Amino acid sequence: MTTAFLSATEIARRVKAGEASAVRILDEMMLRIQRFDRELGSLLAIAGDEVRATAVEIERKRKANEPLGPLAGVPIVIKDNIVTKGLTTTAGSKILAGWVPPYESTVVERLRKADALIIAKANLDEFGMGSSTEKSAFKKTRNPWNTSHVPGGSSGGSAAAVAAGLAAAALGTDTGGSIRQPAAFCGTVGLKPTYGRVSRWGVIAFASSLDQVGPLTRTVADAALLTQVIAGHDPRDSTSLDQLMPPLDTVGQVKGLRIGLPKEYFADGLDADVRKHLDATIDALKQQGATIVDVSLPHTALALPAYYIIAPAEASSNLARYDGIRFGKRAEAQDLLDVYMKTRGAGFGPEVKRRIMLGTYALRSGYYDAYYKKAQQIRALIKKDFDEAWATCDVLLTPTTPHAAYRFGAKATPLDMYLGDVYTLACNLAGLPGLSVPCGLSDGGLPIGAQLLGKPLDEQTLLRVGAAIEAAVGLGDKRPTGIGGLA
Amino acid sequence: MSSLTRKEVEEIAFLARLHLEADEVSAMQTELGAMIEHFKVIDGISCEGVEPMTHPIAIDLPLREDIVEPSMSTADALRGAPKVDGDLIVVPAIIPGAE
Repeated sequence: MTTAFLSATEIARRVKAGEASAVRILDEMMLRIQRFDRELGSLLAIAGDEVRATAVEIERKRKANEPLGPLAGVPIVIKDNIVTKGLTTTAGSKILAGWVPPYESTVVERLRKADALIIAKANLDEFGMGSSTEKSAFKKTRNPWNTSHVPGGSSGGSAAAVAAGLAAAALGTDTGGSIRQPAAFCGTVGLKPTYGRVSRWGVIAFASSLDQVGPLTRTVADAALLTQVIAGHDPRDSTSLDQLMPPLDTVGQVKGLRIGLPKEYFADGLDADVRKHLDATIDALKQQGATIVDVSLPHTALALPAYYIIAPAEASSNLARYDGIRFGKRAEAQDLLDVYMKTRGAGFGPEVKRRIMLGTYALRSGYYDAYYKKAQQIRALIKKDFDEAWATCDVLLTPTTPHAAYRFGAKATPLDMYLGDVYTLACNLAGLPGLSVPCGLSDGGLPIGAQLLGKPLDEQTLLRVGAAIEAAVGLGDKRPTGIGGLA
Repeated sequence: MSSLTRKEVEEIAFLARLHLEADEVSAMQTELGAMIEHFKVIDGISCEGVEPMTHPIAIDLPLREDIVEPSMSTADALRGAPKVDGDLIVVPAIIPGAE
């Protein structure tokens, strides 16, 4: 029987109990990747001998009754903007094509220490800039539920691989919704932890005050398991919070909990099908004893302009390091200035160029106060909205996206694409934890996600409510059928 | 309608050290123009007295003792460089025309 759709929690339990072999789990996953990923397009570099050696070592430890980590034998894929020592890391960009990192990111180091199997790197929009994975310089990733639709982005490869059973779990990064939105589109769970919960050491920076690493999984319990492993203080990241992650549980207990519905997230522009599933989710939570509270986050509409000033501004600074000198590709040129200009002109794709340009525009002398400073003031107002909401509720429930996954090429202009991020951006601006949980399938058979936003450091409440949603209206045993033989 | 001239786009591209082809300059004029138009919504928002939020968490800059700790070897650090000579990275002339 296939182990492809077993949860990470169950795989680790079986491996530790000697009921399943890490080597066999790895071999089955690699066969599935060979069989299905040509069409799905979710993965970039695939690990070779080193991951097999890890699986063999896990088997040896088990036979010797040595302790095994919480992710023993769990096959995991890593978004390709997270560096993996010895395994090609490109950020989905030609400018880093073929780059083999000489060091390990903290999150991958922690996964390895927990005895996970790092099997591959996942496709993404170049440098995390995009919402459909169409902006990868290398390949198109398809939605496993319907291959003519996008998987979302930027962690589209991570979400598609997990949904399709090509990995038990994945790591993604979320700067403005890049974990939660593809999780919603592909029918997986996706958690963006509180800013500072998870180390950014070895995460290729896009917008440093917004970026955060988190898990994409098929169950809420697995999201808790991975978060527990990767979270915690790291002296190598000066923005890493010196806070212990308390033990997380996923008891779907919502009785007495006050769940806020921000009216701005249920206004015009929300697809009727998504609305219908959110209503069913709200009803289910009410039936389980939660109190539903209407709240208002009056500055919500300003999150989009504030984000698309702040994120590109930070990106234009962060991406200055790709200059063709110390790593990555270098274009042939006569002098140093020409090296910079041509390397960057040839190495970056259109979306990355657009954001660098936008950021440079917003930061340049004479424009700074009108754009960057103003956006940061609006960011403060957005955070204040949330601070005030916590007086009347414990957690917020919203749709993750205004609609289910769309067809390739459906977003005609960059601005159309940006408008799809409307429900996920404020969470990053305010630094809050956010969770997307599947809450049903659309009439067209595509997954829909419910988003939970929590108080800073309160991942625990999100996971409990997420577990309740999963049990009541989740996808259950439904599997994607966009590719023949997948399920 | 674009609020950016071709010359402005070229100036920004130079500040960003980004070579753009002629057709890219035209596309940027339209696309950046549309974004900047969209941003105008923030002009009307009063932020009088609002402290700009540079970061989502209040955190002091952590300091540590200035003690040398093990770090990446020179060989590892240079492995990704496009062109090296011994322990040095080779680059073209900094001053145009110089050797």
